[in-house]
Amino acid sequence: MNSSFQIERFCHIRNHRISVNGEMLFETPETDFAAFIKASYKSLGLSYSKFFKMDNLSKLAFIAADILLKNETEKKIALVFSNRGSSLDTDRKHQESIENTADFYPSPAVFVYTLPNICLGEISIKHELHSENAFFIFDSFNPSELQAYCSSLLRTSNSEKVLCGWVDYDKGKYDAFLYVVAKNGIFAHTSEELTRLYQTI
Amino acid sequence: MMSNSYLSHNTIVSAYGFDSANAIHQISNEVSGLQLTEDPTILPQPFFSSRVSGEALEEKYDLLNPQERHTRLEKMLLVSLSKTISASNMELTDRVGLLISTTKGNIDVLEQKSPFPEERAYLSALGATIQRHFGFQNQAIVLSNACVSGVLAIAVAKRYISEGRFDHVFVVGGDLVTQFILSGFNAFQALSDTPCRPYCKTRSGINIGEVAASVLVTNDTSNLVAESVKVLGEASCNDANHISGPSRTGEGLFRSATNALHQAHLQADEIDYISAHGTATLFNDEMEAIAFNRAGLQETPLNSLKGYFGHTLGASGLLETIIGMHSLHQNTLFASKGFQELGVSRPLNIIERTTKKPIKTFLKTASGFGGCNTAAIFQKVGD
Repeated sequence: MNSSFQIERFCHIRNHRISVNGEMLFETPETDFAAFIKASYKSLGLSYSKFFKMDNLSKLAFIAADILLKNETEKKIALVFSNRGSSLDTDRKHQESIENTADFYPSPAVFVYTLPNICLGEISIKHELHSENAFFIFDSFNPSELQAYCSSLLRTSNSEKVLCGWVDYDKGKYDAFLYVVAKNGIFAHTSEELTRLYQTI
Repeated sequence: MMSNSYLSHNTIVSAYGFDSANAIHQISNEVSGLQLTEDPTILPQPFFSSRVSGEALEEKYDLLNPQERHTRLEKMLLVSLSKTISASNMELTDRVGLLISTTKGNIDVLEQKSPFPEERAYLSALGATIQRHFGFQNQAIVLSNACVSGVLAIAVAKRYISEGRFDHVFVVGGDLVTQFILSGFNAFQALSDTPCRPYCKTRSGINIGEVAASVLVTNDTSNLVAESVKVLGEASCNDANHISGPSRTGEGLFRSATNALHQAHLQADEIDYISAHGTATLFNDEMEAIAFNRAGLQETPLNSLKGYFGHTLGASGLLETIIGMHSLHQNTLFASKGFQELGVSRPLNIIERTTKKPIKTFLKTASGFGGCNTAAIFQKVGD
């Protein structure tokens, strides 16, 4: 089915850089994720103590979402995220804490992040979004399935917009590409265009 | 013209056996699948759980003529889905999708003792394995959205069909009882040391169980079964309140239920039965009571099936929807196992005894970590 929806704006976080619509927003020489994401948080002027309790995936998703949603007034924004590693980065931490009976220390604060959709909850809390959530796992960024799903949400649910994309954190590597789909925008909401935008920078 | 979606052929692999009929039969007799389990490799103390018999699973799995080595979860999913696909007699063309609902997938391969490589913990690897076994032309779509995954997967399948992406989607859901999961819920002090008692005054937490459930979601009314239902409406709403605690106002569940009713063009009093989430934790059940009262659903007969299976995580919403289909077909309201006396602050019409009653339409709900909630409404196709 041809899409009648468009992409309003998009954001990348990769290679210790943040960009919006392909334009550089922030860059730091820090290559380590923890240092990079903390520097990003500061440069965005955020003051949100919950951020420091989040796991790496949630921090990555939270920053990318915040950049795209900070001036957004529409609250009927569905969140449709995807990645490859699910919450495995935190899963490994929880597993490590239970592997040996002599050194058994499972923590609720870690365990709660062993689900990829927790980052959707974090974003919903910050932006007060009582909206549709879905977290998909694909081997790599899958624009065609995301495009079909977003179009369906905009056609049949009460969502006015969708914040959609890819947020992956695994073994120290990170990659975020989020975009806002709406009735009107700048870029075509097609699989081809999404592939092109994903690869920008 | 958007296609309608129907739920058709279905298979429940559970402690009760290897098809939906086994489970329905035992539930009709109010027999719980929960048993005291002693397995120190999972939890130091004994715990109540319902698990698929390993020996019987191997027998069923061997009949599938597998071409590679599979994990326990994969075996469960393959056995369930194989039966559903065969029953549907459907050719797996490019119009047929595969949707997998799971929270943790093959998480047990992270254990040092696992004979499988860590790569098998990736959910896309699980998806590819299932896809490859049956020869699906489309890449598997894996949905991992906490405890709403199973019912959300049905909503997702319906949306893909309405969008024209697929004509048919096989949805399969499953999660294992593992040390990973039990140690986590135990750290939250959420586990009950007795069979769980949803909505009951004496409830003391959840039991974790395991199943693999599968269903065909289709736009083709010529490939339906006696218990088929039409998907009338569905909605998901986040609480936007807390990542691990249910909302005190039931906000997300209330909104999900009312939005699903709106999409189904139904009023609250037109719902004959609610298959609720009912995990038997203090806060979850209380949250549901508040949400259902706000939505005007407090008089509708309601049960939680957790007293039969425990909480089966990413499969639960799918499993409980399938039971709901059979409940409508048999015009039977199944007792909410474990319930004795109402222990939430608002009225609810808990089904205390399994009763015959003409029922046509049901609401399935689920809520989970991350503040997610999903509601879906189904109506009987037969008659």
